[in-house]
Amino acid sequence: MVDVPFDTVAGVPPAEVGEVELYHPRSWWTRYVFSQDAKVIAIQYSITAMSIGMVALVLSWLMRLQLGFPGTFSFIDPNQYLQFITMHGMIMVIYLLTALFLGGFGNYLIPLMVGARDMVFPYVNMLSYWVYLLAVVVLASTFFVPGGPTGAGWTLYPPQAILSGTPGQDWGIILMLASLILFIIGFTMGGLNYVVTVLQARTRGMTLMRLPLTVWGIFTATVMALLAFPALFVASVMLLLDRLLGTSFFMPTLVEMGTLTKYGGGSPILFQHLFWFFGHPEVYIVALPAFGIISDLISVHARKNIFGYRMMVWAIVAIGALSFVVWAHHMYVSGMHPYFGFFFATTTLIIAVPTAIKVYNWVLTLWRGDIHLTIPMLFALAFIITFVNGGLTGLFLGNVVVDVPLSDTMFVVAHFHMVMGIAPIMAVFGGIYHWYPKVTGRMLNEALGQFHFWVSFLGAYAIFFPMHYLGLLGMPRRYHDIGETAFVPASAHDLNAFMSVAALIVGFAQLVFLFNLIWSLFKGKEAGGNPWGAASLEWQTPETPPGHGNWGKELPIVYRWAYDYSVPGIAGDFVPQNDPPAGLSAQGAHP
Amino acid sequence: MAVAIILLLVAIASVLFHIFSPWWWTPLASNWRYIDDTITLTFWITGAVFFAVVAFMAYCVFRFRHMEGRRADYNPENKKLEWWLSVGTAIGVAAMLAPGLVVWHQFVTVPADATEVEVMGQQWQWSYRLPGKDGRLGTSDARNVSSDNPMGLSPDDPAGQDDVVIQNDDLHLPLGKPVKLLLRSIDVLHDFYVPEFRAKMDMIPGSVTYYWFTPTRIGTFEVLCAELCGAAHAQMRSKVIVDEEKDYHAWLEKQRTFVELSQQRNVAKAAYKSGSE
Amino acid sequence: MVDLREESTSSLPPAKIGLGVFLAVVGSLFALFISAYSMRMNLVDWRTLPVPALLWFNTGVLVLSSVALQWAYIAARRDDIQGISVGLCAGGASAVIFLVGQLLAWRQLSGAGYFLASNPANSFFYLITAVHGLHLMGGLVALGRTTAKVLRGAEASQIRLSVELCTIYWHFLLLVWLVLLGLLTGWTDNFVDICRQLLS
Repeated sequence: MVDVPFDTVAGVPPAEVGEVELYHPRSWWTRYVFSQDAKVIAIQYSITAMSIGMVALVLSWLMRLQLGFPGTFSFIDPNQYLQFITMHGMIMVIYLLTALFLGGFGNYLIPLMVGARDMVFPYVNMLSYWVYLLAVVVLASTFFVPGGPTGAGWTLYPPQAILSGTPGQDWGIILMLASLILFIIGFTMGGLNYVVTVLQARTRGMTLMRLPLTVWGIFTATVMALLAFPALFVASVMLLLDRLLGTSFFMPTLVEMGTLTKYGGGSPILFQHLFWFFGHPEVYIVALPAFGIISDLISVHARKNIFGYRMMVWAIVAIGALSFVVWAHHMYVSGMHPYFGFFFATTTLIIAVPTAIKVYNWVLTLWRGDIHLTIPMLFALAFIITFVNGGLTGLFLGNVVVDVPLSDTMFVVAHFHMVMGIAPIMAVFGGIYHWYPKVTGRMLNEALGQFHFWVSFLGAYAIFFPMHYLGLLGMPRRYHDIGETAFVPASAHDLNAFMSVAALIVGFAQLVFLFNLIWSLFKGKEAGGNPWGAASLEWQTPETPPGHGNWGKELPIVYRWAYDYSVPGIAGDFVPQNDPPAGLSAQGAHP
Repeated sequence: MAVAIILLLVAIASVLFHIFSPWWWTPLASNWRYIDDTITLTFWITGAVFFAVVAFMAYCVFRFRHMEGRRADYNPENKKLEWWLSVGTAIGVAAMLAPGLVVWHQFVTVPADATEVEVMGQQWQWSYRLPGKDGRLGTSDARNVSSDNPMGLSPDDPAGQDDVVIQNDDLHLPLGKPVKLLLRSIDVLHDFYVPEFRAKMDMIPGSVTYYWFTPTRIGTFEVLCAELCGAAHAQMRSKVIVDEEKDYHAWLEKQRTFVELSQQRNVAKAAYKSGSE
Repeated sequence: MVDLREESTSSLPPAKIGLGVFLAVVGSLFALFISAYSMRMNLVDWRTLPVPALLWFNTGVLVLSSVALQWAYIAARRDDIQGISVGLCAGGASAVIFLVGQLLAWRQLSGAGYFLASNPANSFFYLITAVHGLHLMGGLVALGRTTAKVLRGAEASQIRLSVELCTIYWHFLLLVWLVLLGLLTGWTDNFVDICRQLLS
């Protein structure tokens, strides 16, 4: 007996959703710059995030040059190396991925996918972007202040982060913390919008269980972010006070470069608890939107409904909830009470079960599908491989005693790059190739896309898969140069050089991608309204790109879930969500 | 077709890389064989899952790739299959977690006969302290740190007077005797890491952390710092030398105690003072 | 066949849901400050500072402020524009008095030698009261805009929602303040101890 979430006779819930009062721009400035239209804000968010992301990409090249060929590039000194890793990590995790998934994809897709005209608080939404931009500017400014950006590692652990043995102790760390505080304020404004829009602005018939999984992923991630970012806020404010006003929230009695400081009694572990109470949910804040996007890409391009939709929704919610009780698995060797290890290892490994269910359901969606190997589909496949790889190495690091030899080595670096670097970026690329036609009305160039995909996927895999083995060997992370070390064989240096070359090539492919984005804007093939034959609502807009207010005169009415592909007995291989069932005309839908 | 083959090749290449990798953990020199075993077990389980998922995917891509006239099945869910997969996953996870927790329990349970050795980290060097004849380590405090007393021992604590202080030198440990390392820092976070011993723990200024192990192999092992501690993090090195019992005692005889070092410094100072007068 | 439809989306106005979500965020923020406080107070250098008597007065004023807004809210439901403006003005004025009172309490403490950096208990006191005060100031902006509309002659029905949202926010901040007061005066120490024992 198969449950078919396809209402043949049900029609539409009677509730009338109030039309959102729409703000209409009056000038060029309010239309394109200080715009309150979620679609424009989404593009602003995406461009800003990708621009600062390019900075982080260049930093990764510099790091790889240093690691692959230590001593060759005299312009990179140990201090700068630490500054590079710090800024690279911080930018990629927060200012690129979080902002791009929630601010970029979220802003563009939520209103379109739920059938709203815009976000519910457009003015706040606009403010959110400008505060985010300010945060990015403050962050970027640290490259130009005396002492340069902070080199404390993206985790900013005190006491080291605010003491003079660490580069960027002057302005770098202060501006870094200020930028984070701004980011959180800006994000909260945006996040309120995403949550309330999903809860309140869905069009008629769009029940929660008919939402595309992309919306579920972004929605859950936003709820998590709203609850988790305050922890980073608290930690940043307190660390800032320790640095500026000499309080001792986190600072114990200590000697700084031979002199006793006036700090005393504080607890560095307290910072770590706060940081990771934010930091672990952050992993899923980046992963859940990727899960959602991948689910939709696979379903559309395999012309098959997503397998086990309800299980997928529950898995997203379960992962979101569980991720708040696993934070201390980042702290197994931090010196916290060892008995916490039992609890956190157990919760951490439990979270593997809903995550595994998601993976099974993706590959089972492929089973007996009609797989079109389009660029978005290729990225989705690459996402599954890299995510499974990185997720499985997470089982090493989550299992407390296995973490002991591996923590703080290159194994950790390889793991988190695979699982929350490469995998989400694959989802981002897949999403961009998939929705670019809706945003611009043109397709991205296929040949450049093929090149970009194969180089990025195979190249990134060639960087990070072997890296695990350097960690296994015992090579610590955050070393600008391992130097003469007895247990490191010469071949390990060759491997490092190989990874560096691969990194440069992968980086080059991203330039091709940027070129494709711009070139296709003018020269790309005309896409039409629904080039992939997708069923979800964003492809059913009257105009492409969608106009102001998205839906023309009347909001769409939704009759079915977003995954009616290859439905038996129906001629086409998809049925749009707003297509009334046979025997019901759109007007006659009122009971 | 090509895509399916490449996907399969990625899986096969990963397995081959694992088997033939010359980069593997350093030969074990402590009692933590169980940790290595748990890692090996985890590799087996996760490796099988990885290969299975990727191979299945490659097969699907090969078998169900788009061709003229193909139509996908309509198959929203299959409760039974989903439950079986969940239960299977839960069993696999439990198979890794259970041994992990058992070994962790050993890791945090220090045997009663372990000798205490203190390791102190500071930017960017290691110092060591061994209990003297009384078998106890004296108290210490970062507030006592001075050029005369670099480890910040309490000058008034009688238990600390005979403690053996090792500065700017290697630590020696006797073979086959369990050691409890007491880890301490006077400035920032450090982490006393010897790859061959497998164990590792952060050192936190203001508190004392620990771990224990038994050295099982004679040799010289490199000490690295595994928690970012500032500009010269990568240069913070030292050595641990595991000796036979009698070599160890010969070495221990030559070391100075806290009180000897203080006197020596006082003498030197007095000499310097009188010289300048 | 399983019916996947659900009841209609609730008829609550989006702004009210938005406020609810925002209060959850603020609640999370204060909960985290409180957990940091209770972890930090456990360490040896903690010296609880004497709570200035002024805080009791301030608490009374803040209660009055909440009562005044509740009054405005009830008036708004009865379309009594006069009652609304009295309630809003009284609520706003007493909130301002509360903030001034908090500043005076800071001055008393620093006058008595309890500086921000001299002990973590002091640091937390200043920090937590400052964060609470900032949230109240944000509320005052919203309250000010609503009051301005009333003074410019808006109908009761036009501002009913704004008044209600301000009232909810005020009650929430009062509740937060009472919890913080319990924490700062040490009333909740026993409770914190129990939680800590459960954790360790």
